[in-house]
Amino acid sequence: MENLIWLLPALPLFGFLLLAFLGSKFNREAIAFIGIGSVSLATIVSLYLAINFISSPPENGFISQTLWQWMQVNNFKVTITFHYDALSLVFVFVITFVGALIHLYSTEFMAHDEYYSRFFAYLNLFVCSMLILVLADNLVLLYLGWEGVGLCSYLLIGFWYKNIKNGIAAQKAFIITRIGDTSLAIGMFLLFKEFGTLTISEISQQAVSHSSSSITLIALLLFGGAVGKSAQLPLQTWLPDAMAGPSPVSALIHAATMVTAGVYLLARMHTIFELSPAAMHVVAAVGAATLLIAATSALAQKDIKRVLAYSTISQLGYMFLALGVGAWWAAIFHFMIHAFFKALLFLGAGTIIEAQHHEHNMFNMGGLKDKLPTVFKTFVIGSAALAALPLISAGFYSKDAIIWYSLTAQNGSPLLWLVAIIGSFITALYTTRMVVLTFYGTSKTSLSYQPGVRMHIPLIILAFLSVFAGFIELPHNFGHVTLFSGFVGKALPTTLLKIEPSESLFQLIAAIVCLVGILLGWKLYSSNREKVIDLESGGLFKFFFNGWYFDNLYKVLFQQPYFFLARINKNDIVDKSNDVIVGISSWLSNQLATSQTGSMRWYVMGIIAGAIMILTLQLVL
Amino acid sequence: MILVLLIVVLITGGILAWLIGYFIPNASKWIALLSCLIPFLITANLWQKLSYEIILGESSSLWLIEINTPWIAQLGINFHLGLDGLSLSMLLLTFFLGTMAILCSWKEITAKQNFFYFNLLWVLSGITGVFLALDLFLFYFFWEVMLIPMYFMISIWGSERRIYSSYKFFLFTQASGLLMLLAIIALYFINAQSSGVYTFDYDQLLISTAKSPYSLLIAIGFFIAFTVKLPLFPFHTWLPDAHSEAPTAGSVILAGLMLKTGAYGLLRFVLPLFKDEAIQISNWAIVLGVISILYGALQAFGQTDLKRLVAYTSVSHMGFIVLGVFSFNELAMQGVVLQMITHGISTAALFILAGMLKERLHTRDINQMGGLWTLAPQMGSIGLVFAMASCGLPALGNFIAEFLILLGAFQTQPIYTMVASLGLVLSAIYSIRMMQKVFFGEYQSTINDFKWREKTIMGLLTIAIVFVGLCPQPIITMLQSTVNSSLKLESKQKLKLESSIKQQIKYIKK
Repeated sequence: MENLIWLLPALPLFGFLLLAFLGSKFNREAIAFIGIGSVSLATIVSLYLAINFISSPPENGFISQTLWQWMQVNNFKVTITFHYDALSLVFVFVITFVGALIHLYSTEFMAHDEYYSRFFAYLNLFVCSMLILVLADNLVLLYLGWEGVGLCSYLLIGFWYKNIKNGIAAQKAFIITRIGDTSLAIGMFLLFKEFGTLTISEISQQAVSHSSSSITLIALLLFGGAVGKSAQLPLQTWLPDAMAGPSPVSALIHAATMVTAGVYLLARMHTIFELSPAAMHVVAAVGAATLLIAATSALAQKDIKRVLAYSTISQLGYMFLALGVGAWWAAIFHFMIHAFFKALLFLGAGTIIEAQHHEHNMFNMGGLKDKLPTVFKTFVIGSAALAALPLISAGFYSKDAIIWYSLTAQNGSPLLWLVAIIGSFITALYTTRMVVLTFYGTSKTSLSYQPGVRMHIPLIILAFLSVFAGFIELPHNFGHVTLFSGFVGKALPTTLLKIEPSESLFQLIAAIVCLVGILLGWKLYSSNREKVIDLESGGLFKFFFNGWYFDNLYKVLFQQPYFFLARINKNDIVDKSNDVIVGISSWLSNQLATSQTGSMRWYVMGIIAGAIMILTLQLVL
Repeated sequence: MILVLLIVVLITGGILAWLIGYFIPNASKWIALLSCLIPFLITANLWQKLSYEIILGESSSLWLIEINTPWIAQLGINFHLGLDGLSLSMLLLTFFLGTMAILCSWKEITAKQNFFYFNLLWVLSGITGVFLALDLFLFYFFWEVMLIPMYFMISIWGSERRIYSSYKFFLFTQASGLLMLLAIIALYFINAQSSGVYTFDYDQLLISTAKSPYSLLIAIGFFIAFTVKLPLFPFHTWLPDAHSEAPTAGSVILAGLMLKTGAYGLLRFVLPLFKDEAIQISNWAIVLGVISILYGALQAFGQTDLKRLVAYTSVSHMGFIVLGVFSFNELAMQGVVLQMITHGISTAALFILAGMLKERLHTRDINQMGGLWTLAPQMGSIGLVFAMASCGLPALGNFIAEFLILLGAFQTQPIYTMVASLGLVLSAIYSIRMMQKVFFGEYQSTINDFKWREKTIMGLLTIAIVFVGLCPQPIITMLQSTVNSSLKLESKQKLKLESSIKQQIKYIKK
């Protein structure tokens, strides 16, 4: 089966090439067929591989396939090799499966768009790059996928390129993630210096016996890459603006898959991070800070997609918190569940916006409960998962594990736990706010569109998963199902606990906090709309609304000075030094030219003076 | 003999194009195309043949093909040409881009066609000679041969400020060339003083053991000559003017090939002939290289003239070359040569694209462009490919080059390399600004998409850049021996370091 791995990225790549070169010649049906077809085939391959992998696990825990040698210089050797293990399997499954659903949704969502084939071409290219990212056996190939998804993200955010605003958002996303990418690249340089290889398995083998002061630096540099891609503090500002892209893009790239690449990177490089507790603490702290900042920002947004964007940042913060405290599998579990429910929410939001004359502001919505019944039901299920509604939502199981480990795992602490629990309260609050404002109350905007079956199917499947996917992993005090952690545990270190207080008590606290949040949200927002607007007019809400003013800060600190420098130096100050030389030359030339008077007297004088001078010199010397 | 043939074909092709063009104006471009394709096919064939030899390890000498006959015997000047992996790669690039340059002038040049193609072929012959010459005098001769026709190309077929720009180009290159000539002559006499043999021959000067108090100055003479050409900050100011005013083919050859002769000179002459001196100046060179990377990127971001913008990106990319060369590391060295090749391809493509836009819109001002994707999606896609190549997107050739340079340089110069890595961010900024300004946004002007000829040019360039991005190994293998021979330097440096450490240990023990 190992010789099938190449098909995973190759199929979407083939779809991309077909659409890129011949897209203009196909009709819409053919384009949709190629777009969905290539990803669906990849999904089938991924399922086949997964079933094989699970039913007959390979001895060393992974299978790999080498395609060709990329480059070799002396001892630096990089091959195009795919590495498929339990961790890759989870990511590949989510990427292909959710990807296929979103492709299906897009065929209807984009049905009337001018650039139908360009959209599917980009989307296929994205799936291809993302699969390369999670299948790469070495960091250089991973970096190829890493940059590839960044490019697709840039192109898709700016998909409707005629609007300058979309272009600005796209550029912002590309540049800010590029800062992280550069950090990752430097991390790779340092890794190569220390280990002499960039193949991940070789690094992991050597790292165990490697004691070096630079391990922490390497870990932090790699984490820098993750911070950019996964929109963590301080590089989180691009994600809310990235919502300028079409909603399926937000669902696929900016919620389910690409933004979790950072989580994948850390999980993949866990041996490095395990060696550096300091770096782990940083990861946990950044995750915790991000989840809190983003959650509060989500609370004050008016645009439904921006609420979801901030909530994505916040949920990613939970994943990094989990990674930081050493709860590796919990992070991956939350990644999977989050992919399901957040893709669902984005697709739902896309449908709502489409049905509301492209209105993004939730305050102009309302009363959609009865008008869009299927969307409403699935959206509520997704919201329940986001808010981690106890027992019945998948989000509860994945998030509860993180909250529990933030206290008890190796690097856990009461402070981290407190942040996580406060975050979960705010999450419940803003989720309820979003649902109430959108679906309840009186209708503000008339319905312009009724979604069809190709949009409903993905919503229903994702809603199903947002409930039932949680049951593959239940806490040991009730149910005790460890299908997921047991499986992923083959590729990741086990989570060690340093203390073991009563798990049930903390679950109860988490559940109560969540329920209180939901109830409070219901109470606050289901009242009169004017009151809500009144409530949110305070300075604090403005602060939250603007995402804690990070954008403004960066504008003053980086953007404006750079623009200023580029503008004043447009004509290149260095070039002026040549002007000086030119000036001196022409001045001298002018001075000498004055001696050329045309008057014979002066010339004779000159000749005589010259002759005398030469003679004197001869006499003197 | 085959090496002479390459040059002769170009020279006679040039003369034929000039003369026949008087009678049949349209014939000259066909002659030019043919006389560029022939050397291309010859080198491609050579590549295929030699790469087997290299893999099998059959060739023992450094030079795969060599020709050496006396030219001016009284002064010890030989007609000495030699081909190794480095020159072969550069030649293949030369003829490839030369063909592209001819194809992209097909419609653009209407005045004095015959003289234009004469100049173009003669520049190419000069460049070919530079990449092959193993006699310093001969090298200088070819160095000048490529300069003068280029001056004509800019001053006759350039745009509005062509006279200013061509003067500037000429003066900069000529002044730095004189420094090189002085350095060459000084080297000649110093060698003669110690060995009694008056020779300009590269191989003999290479093994010369003559020591002189002036060798640092001589090395700097070479260094400045090559880095002006490269160009390195602060000698870069001729480049934006020359590039932006030159006709498209001129910009392609300038950016794609002529800048590479500077890099080639550093690799071929400065490092091997002046090992110790190179180490002495390496810190300064690297600092200037890093400044070039960042300054070029900043300047590119500030430009509104599309060709000036691309010109400044060259300054930035050439900074990587200096960083790579002076970090004395095998990886970086391989990266340097790959950078020469891939930057040649990608910048040529960007200049050709700018030329096509100018033909259609009659402006180079990006503020007057915008939204061109709507009407010219193929053009937009190609623009995207090469904008991304320029900012080092993996799977395109430039990534391999810059990655290897940074990876290699980091092993010896971590701090400078980290600063240089900022260039990755800055290059992203100017690349996507260019995309945004030209192709995205609301469209302002009508434009036609590619014609078949343009499609061919861009298609070939795209295939080339993707190929190098995905399978650079054949080139790396081809360059191995050249890079290894310059690596002896590294081992020498190591020995020095080791001995100095030993001495220190002795002192401590005492």
